[in-house]
Amino acid sequence: MSSLLIVAEHRNGKLKKSSFEAISKGASVAKDLGLTAHVLLVGGNEVAGLTAEAANYGVSSILTVTDPKLSAYANRAFATAVSEVAKAKSATVILLSATALGRELGAFVSVKLDASLASDCTELHSAGGNLKVIRPVYTGKALSTVELKQPVKVITLRPNAFPAVSSPSSPSVEAVSVTFSDKDFACKVVDTITASGKLDVAEAEIVVSGGRSLGSAENFKILEDLAAVLGGAVGASRAAVDSGYRSHEDQVGQTGKVISPKLYIACGISGAIQHLAGMSSSKVIVAINKDKEAPIFQIADYGIVADLFEIVPALTEELKKRSH
Amino acid sequence: MNIFVCVSQVPDTATRIKPAADGKTIDKTDVNFILNPYDEIAVEQALRVKEAHGGEVTVISVGDDTVLNTIRKAIAMGADKAVHIKTQEEVDGISAARAVAEILKTANPDLVFTGKESVDSNSGQFATFLAALLDINVINVAVKFDLTGSHIRAEREIEGGKEVVETSLPAVVSCQKGLNEPRLPTLKGIMASKTKKPEEVAFSGGASWTAITELVKPPAKPAGKIVGADVSAVTALVDLLHNEAKVI
Repeated sequence: MSSLLIVAEHRNGKLKKSSFEAISKGASVAKDLGLTAHVLLVGGNEVAGLTAEAANYGVSSILTVTDPKLSAYANRAFATAVSEVAKAKSATVILLSATALGRELGAFVSVKLDASLASDCTELHSAGGNLKVIRPVYTGKALSTVELKQPVKVITLRPNAFPAVSSPSSPSVEAVSVTFSDKDFACKVVDTITASGKLDVAEAEIVVSGGRSLGSAENFKILEDLAAVLGGAVGASRAAVDSGYRSHEDQVGQTGKVISPKLYIACGISGAIQHLAGMSSSKVIVAINKDKEAPIFQIADYGIVADLFEIVPALTEELKKRSH
Repeated sequence: MNIFVCVSQVPDTATRIKPAADGKTIDKTDVNFILNPYDEIAVEQALRVKEAHGGEVTVISVGDDTVLNTIRKAIAMGADKAVHIKTQEEVDGISAARAVAEILKTANPDLVFTGKESVDSNSGQFATFLAALLDINVINVAVKFDLTGSHIRAEREIEGGKEVVETSLPAVVSCQKGLNEPRLPTLKGIMASKTKKPEEVAFSGGASWTAITELVKPPAKPAGKIVGADVSAVTALVDLLHNEAKVI
């Protein structure tokens, strides 16, 4: 029987939230299309500890490919693992998160399985048994409906664009054996550098972002304080990044990250078209800016026309007060 | 060192995108096309590798004659020569990758650089497609790149951090902002870009595996609410985020 395969991603012994989103979506798509859903975990010994959690989002069949050599990410080996499992399970739909890892594996698997690929999708409809895939193009300035012509379809889902719906079940775990060649390990991760506890703007549910009017890297501290109270991440406009206030991995916009958080708070950002393209699909947008003509107010749900240096600390205090 | 750079042209990032009458493509009237910003970083990296290790940089692009401008920009930056894979059709990423892979199979490059994505299709898949088709190594979203002999040590951006990746030539590397600061074209380069004619090659990428069936503007947001113009608005804002938007 044909199946739908969801590739779950884990780091530091924990499954990623975006994988729960993909599993939830995969469970409902599989039901609509009449496919059996499987979650695939690839990795070293740490995988055994992840199967229970993987079964909490509507799919109980967990497949594992484990090998001590897979405890560090090696893109070609992981791609071989996913492709081999997809073949063994006659998968016709393969879902991944549109993360650094998911985007890379998606493209590999597409070539290995002669499958159509749609990356970074924000909508996936399967009612009536037909798959309809929608993805933003031109950095969110347009939405495209993509026809996937091949019998096998690989789809990566944008983090935060789909809800993770908890639906606990007892996992049935099957270890799948895959044979690797030396070539599979010719490109491998030897170290990971993480800013301690730093949340990535692309994955955060709440993003507090600043523009050039912050005036210095030090002044971003007030945005960090606000983000900390909200459990969010700090982003920046291109102007702020080019001025050296933040590093480019925090940049939101057309040549930075394109994000869809639950809440986006734009502080002192005027809203150049390139920036709007990167964040306009946020669910709720708050703008704080002195200039009432700033384009950011045209897409903001809530605006405060005032100096961010007065508003942001007051907002942080108010939120602190209420959390007690 | 035999180095290739894959480049594409994209609408200038300041462009307002309008769907065309066919409902599937964009209206190209008044659109200024530029070298994809990430591809500019790829061209720069190729030139730096050539300067440090010797060799030749070849630019390769797929499309109709309008891509010639993009190719010229890369030559003006310092690329030695160019290949233009000519097609009038709109082709998808895998089909373009197959056409480029065809050329690279006989060219035997040591390194192929691409941008981490093009700012039109935003797929970020091309480098991996190429590597998979050629059965060689790939590093995506590189922000640091060191080559010693045939050994590569690079850093790539991941969510919330970086991965240090090691591999060996031949390899495809997709380039991210932060890897380098692209140079401006020189006068000598601009002159060269006018005389160096790209080698024209017929497209042999086969069928596309995807097609855009509809292209629309994102739904417009209803006008927002100005909550206030001073610090007294903060309480009201928090109430709205709690009770109306329900996001905190």
